[in-house]
Amino acid sequence: MNINLTLIGQSISFLFFVWFCHAFVWSAIRKAMDEREKQIADGLDAADRAGRDLELAQEKAAKQLREAKGEAATIIDAANKRASQIVEEAKDVARAEGERLKAAAEAQIEQDVNRAKEQLRSQVAKLALVGASKVLEASIDESVHKDMVDKLAASL
Amino acid sequence: MAAESQSTVGYIQHHLTNLTYGKLPAGYERLDDKGHVHEVLSQDTWTMAHSGAEASDMGFMAIHVDSMFWSIGLGFLFLLIFARIAKRAHSGVPRGAQNLVEMIIGFIDQTVKDGFHHKNAMIAPMALTIFMWIILMNTMDLVPVDWIPAFMGWVTGNSHFFFKVVPTTDPNVTLGMGFTVFGLMVYFTIAKKGFMGFVKELTLHPFHSPKWYVNILLVPINFALEAISWISKPISLGLRLFGNMYAGEMIFILIATMFGAGLVLGIFAGVLQWAWAVFHILVITLQAFVFMVLTIVYMATAHQIEEEDQFH
Repeated sequence: MNINLTLIGQSISFLFFVWFCHAFVWSAIRKAMDEREKQIADGLDAADRAGRDLELAQEKAAKQLREAKGEAATIIDAANKRASQIVEEAKDVARAEGERLKAAAEAQIEQDVNRAKEQLRSQVAKLALVGASKVLEASIDESVHKDMVDKLAASL
Repeated sequence: MAAESQSTVGYIQHHLTNLTYGKLPAGYERLDDKGHVHEVLSQDTWTMAHSGAEASDMGFMAIHVDSMFWSIGLGFLFLLIFARIAKRAHSGVPRGAQNLVEMIIGFIDQTVKDGFHHKNAMIAPMALTIFMWIILMNTMDLVPVDWIPAFMGWVTGNSHFFFKVVPTTDPNVTLGMGFTVFGLMVYFTIAKKGFMGFVKELTLHPFHSPKWYVNILLVPINFALEAISWISKPISLGLRLFGNMYAGEMIFILIATMFGAGLVLGIFAGVLQWAWAVFHILVITLQAFVFMVLTIVYMATAHQIEEEDQFH
């Protein structure tokens, strides 16, 4: 338990070891640790940012989807309206065309009937005249009795 | 184990004597084992001490070869391992030894940050050195007390060869560190506050009066109190570590004396030694930690400037 030079020796070794530790151990390891800490912090930051970005993107996508749906609904609505409109128009046109065709047909029929009547009338007049002339022979002048015969035919 | 050739007292004394190399004065009478004068020195001689008495007669001009060997050897062991890992340290995923070293450094760094709020890049490496070095030196206590001395006795062919293996059971080692910390404290105080700042700290504290003539009376009292408070720091630092380790070592030696006393006592001693070693692990780490924390606290006090302002 003697106090001697060992004290000084230990003191010098201590200072040397502290210096050595500072120069060759502490800074290098601390540097590696700090770098890693920074990397981890950056990584976490990036992950955070990515998460926020993802959220934003999802929100944006949802919004676009909503808009697209709305637009599609409007378009379908418009299309439906337009379709029924077209159908209505087509119905109207068809109806008008039908009316027109019907009217034309009726007119045609009338005309034909009239023509037939006319022909028949003239035929009947002729036949009556022929018949009458046959019956009366010379007593009847065609030109004198023509009015009378026509009146007769017209009454048919 | 040892009781065949030595008495218990001799055995214990043998285990408590350092391997000492030092200067014996001219005219010194060297004794042999039986206490007879064996040689009278004609001049001052640097030599290995052959007994505890010779070691203490060497006075201050002597060095404990075993303490220095283990202390410096373990210091280099710690630094070379750490420096090797530091050289290959990278910021990627740490593996194996790097993990362990980073864990220790992280722990020390946190402790230093908690206790030391000033700018000084030397404090943290110093704390690491203190912690690891003292842990390694203390851990030598767990090596069974007879192994290394017996091995050295076998190597040198001298069964009385002194060889203490736990440097921290040598007060020179612990006080050497304590006084170095003290020196650094004084150095940093002067570097931070100037020489007058240091003097003021010693003389205007803790009692202070705004009237200068009262102060003159207070200065000697302050100086006495502060001197005691300052000098007690390195001594308590060194003696705390020394006392704890010396006591632990002493108990290991006492347990070891039982090994020679029959089978039953021998087995009992084996169990005791194991139990004490387990408990001692706590002391080993705790003392290293306490030494480190106190050093950090003392360094923080040395750097503290605000305290001075109240004296202006």
